[in-house]
Amino acid sequence: MTTKKSKVVGLEQVVVRFAGDSGDGMQLTGSLFSDSTAFAGNDFATFPDYPAEIRAPQGTVAGVSGFQIHFGQNTVYTSGDLADVLIAMNPASLKANMKWIKKGAIIIIDADAFNEKGFERAGYAADPLSDGALDGYNVIKAPITLLTKEAVKHLDLDNKTTLKTKNMFALGIIMFLFNRDLKLINDYFESKFKANPLVVDANKAVLAAGFNYADTIEALGSTYKVEPAPLEKGRYRNITGNVATAWGFIAAAERSGRELFLGSYPITPATEILQELSSHKELSVKAFQAEDEIAGIVSAIGASYAGSLAITTTSGPGLSLKSEAIGLAVMTELPLVIVDVQRGGPSTGLPTKSEQSDLMQALYGRNGEAPVIIIAAQSSVDCFYGAFDAAKLSLEHMTPAILLTDGSLANGSEVFKIPRVADLPEIKPPLVAANDPDYKPYRRNPEKLNRYWAVPGTEGLRHRVGGLEKEDVSGNVSHDPLNHQKMIMLREEKVQRVANYIPDQAILGNDTGDLLIVSWGGTYGVMRTVVNKMQEQGKSISLAHFRYIMPLPRNTEQVFAGFKRILVCEINNGQFVKYLKMNFPQYRYEQYNKIQGLPFMIAELEDKFNSILNQ
Amino acid sequence: MESKFMENQIIQLTKEDFSSDQMVKWCPGCGDHAILHSVENVFPNLGIRKEDFVVVSGIGCSSRFPYYMNTYGMHGIHGRAAALATGVKLSNPSLSVWMITGDGDCMAIGGNHFIHTVRRNIDINILLFNNKIYGLTKGQYSPTTPRGSKTKTSPQGTFERPFNPGELVIGSQGNFFARTLDTNPKHMTAVFTEAARHKGTSVVEILQNCVIFFNKAHELITSRETKDDNQLMIEHGKPLIFGKEKNKGIVLRGTSLEVVTIGENGITESDLLVHNQYDPDPGIHMMLARMMPPEYPVALGIIRSVAAETFETIMMDSIIHEKERSKIKTVDDMLNSGNTWVIE
Ligand code: SF4
Repeated sequence: MTTKKSKVVGLEQVVVRFAGDSGDGMQLTGSLFSDSTAFAGNDFATFPDYPAEIRAPQGTVAGVSGFQIHFGQNTVYTSGDLADVLIAMNPASLKANMKWIKKGAIIIIDADAFNEKGFERAGYAADPLSDGALDGYNVIKAPITLLTKEAVKHLDLDNKTTLKTKNMFALGIIMFLFNRDLKLINDYFESKFKANPLVVDANKAVLAAGFNYADTIEALGSTYKVEPAPLEKGRYRNITGNVATAWGFIAAAERSGRELFLGSYPITPATEILQELSSHKELSVKAFQAEDEIAGIVSAIGASYAGSLAITTTSGPGLSLKSEAIGLAVMTELPLVIVDVQRGGPSTGLPTKSEQSDLMQALYGRNGEAPVIIIAAQSSVDCFYGAFDAAKLSLEHMTPAILLTDGSLANGSEVFKIPRVADLPEIKPPLVAANDPDYKPYRRNPEKLNRYWAVPGTEGLRHRVGGLEKEDVSGNVSHDPLNHQKMIMLREEKVQRVANYIPDQAILGNDTGDLLIVSWGGTYGVMRTVVNKMQEQGKSISLAHFRYIMPLPRNTEQVFAGFKRILVCEINNGQFVKYLKMNFPQYRYEQYNKIQGLPFMIAELEDKFNSILNQ
Repeated sequence: MESKFMENQIIQLTKEDFSSDQMVKWCPGCGDHAILHSVENVFPNLGIRKEDFVVVSGIGCSSRFPYYMNTYGMHGIHGRAAALATGVKLSNPSLSVWMITGDGDCMAIGGNHFIHTVRRNIDINILLFNNKIYGLTKGQYSPTTPRGSKTKTSPQGTFERPFNPGELVIGSQGNFFARTLDTNPKHMTAVFTEAARHKGTSVVEILQNCVIFFNKAHELITSRETKDDNQLMIEHGKPLIFGKEKNKGIVLRGTSLEVVTIGENGITESDLLVHNQYDPDPGIHMMLARMMPPEYPVALGIIRSVAAETFETIMMDSIIHEKERSKIKTVDDMLNSGNTWVIE
């Protein structure tokens, strides 16, 4: 379709941000461009930036919906911080996103939306295009609305239907800019709107119009090409963290031979896990939407007692509500995975923003001494493996596990190399055979210290469990002082021994040096990107990014021993660093914390790390 | 083959199969003892394998119950027994799930779970021990304590109106509600058996006496002298008659129930309301459940028993249907569904 030979510039990686009013279809535009990016063979990661309100007034900053994609010819670890290209469908989108774009970025606007009314709604005092604020940027003022109308004039559509397609004009421009083939998108229209050929034609026409417009105008100067990334052979897909979490549990159910039961209650940003699991009845998933957070977890405990792989999903406020029940699962020593998709707190806090602020709650937020396994997923794709590993450890060690993800991982998407279920590790829950003469409810496996799982319906194993302290071995209710101390120690030791079944902590870079960066959970991508970059510059810097929080890997202490300085970076006020100080007080830790409901930016980390190295 | 084996097993079951070796620690004279005995008498006769019973509870005196039954069981946390029972039943619908709860556990802290469980109609049997007081914490008023009662937390008498569990059940679209007395083992046994047979959530309110903290709370309906005039044993298909002389009855006058005396004002037995426990319309059942002295006798027996589809049947049917319908047959199919691409 390209008619003119414009200059093609090769790029290693690019960040594109689509922004428009909630009704402008930016999420679809972004996801179609992601599909095309996948087809082009690039690695990529995306992040949607939804407005906090469901239906904010049209044209206002509060109503801006964004979608960012970062793609490259090398492995992409984050959805990118600042954009190289911004598509702004109205003045509010421009206003909301100016802080997210690089100096000199290409800004493509719908010039037809940049009028007095638009400025007023966006809260601009004057035309932002003429007050000098955009000097130094490459602004393409495309009359998108007008040209969209032109493109479908022959189809005789109503105004509403016409305007709904203008996002495809914007997509057409971007497709041209990155030398993409339109066929994939046109195929999508054909299958999606099969029942409505007129809509197919309209979308195709508008997409082509945008593409041709970009080709015709001289303003773009050159187009860009990002070479395919050297991904391993195999089948790939795009996946969000929440869907990956749901699928990780489905895979764990398969590998453990247990049915999956979810007891949950909708809460931002965890709801999609419940939604996803609700739609897999064909794989025998039982997803129960309970009346509240407590019923969610308690129904899961009931299902666990009855023999299911039982899970509950929530975010910070819900984890607070579940604490008493987690204690019940600790006491009854039943497998149970609690997923906490962390968001900004305390209280209702920042529901749509990400934060790593529930670590302490996960570790200690219960009455009594109630240790649980804690795993923190480190990328959207790792939510799949995090869920799988949490289920495996919980089932095999008969103790609850908390999987920490966060809003960024949950909503962000990445390229996922699809595994074969048969290649995933086997999960062997310690089930008891019918009529086992030696069965005692609290008899333990001598290595792991887990008790055994006797499932109702099985002959010869009737027994009671409950929240009152249990007598060692027999499981009878016991108020005996020495028994209580023994049981507290056994439950603690059982969780600590999980360390024998998890990998050692890896170090990215040399295992000695000037500076060790320590981080955990969802910040992996940005930490890795920055540390890699500085290592390439010859800096003496390494990264220890923790995925296993409780217990910590066995070699944690040795990891810290090799460095002159240790900097712990977190999206909270320093929770992991406190935990490390408590466990390994012999080291001095410095900290870098950001608590703005925003992810770390590459530049700020680089500055911080350099300032330490230069001291 | 297996079912024959199971039948043999069932025939041999006795009360002893269900008694646990744990010391029963309720106060001597507590109504809970009699309820335990009745349940032990009912379980062997239901045609259910002893391994298929699961007894769960929340917190309170009554909630110690699972420890005293030799079945699978779980003593949960305060108020959450309904959620626990829900999880057990949905995980394995072939189990016979019994939830033991009290008026505090069920109506106060667990009120939300209770109404939603009833509304969903999950096939569990709820035995609600209503002693109208908090026993385990030693004598504070509960949501069913009569207004004005002096307790440790209401030295001037309570200010609040009590819940009537039957009203709550029927108001939550419940399909089975019965009321019985801890002093009447025969009646308890009959009612528990019916509750077990009912498919869907069945709620049995047991007027239970706490000898320590609210002794004689149900005195009017249980004592030899007053009970006949204050309790009405209802039976399906039978007219509503009560009283020492068996000469009092209930008629429907306009939109209310009224107590009448047979032989007075030309009233004969044929004027009395005949109980229909299967009536899907909850109107009369609600009125029966609400009857309280001094104006009315308390209705005892099965007030409402209406067949309806259960949550877990619909859920399991949906799973079967989706298994047939969906293109996804395996977890690998799911992982590879939708938009994927291959890197060669
Ligand atoms: S306190 Fe009351 S309810 Fe509790 S065991 Fe004693 S008599 Fe029974």
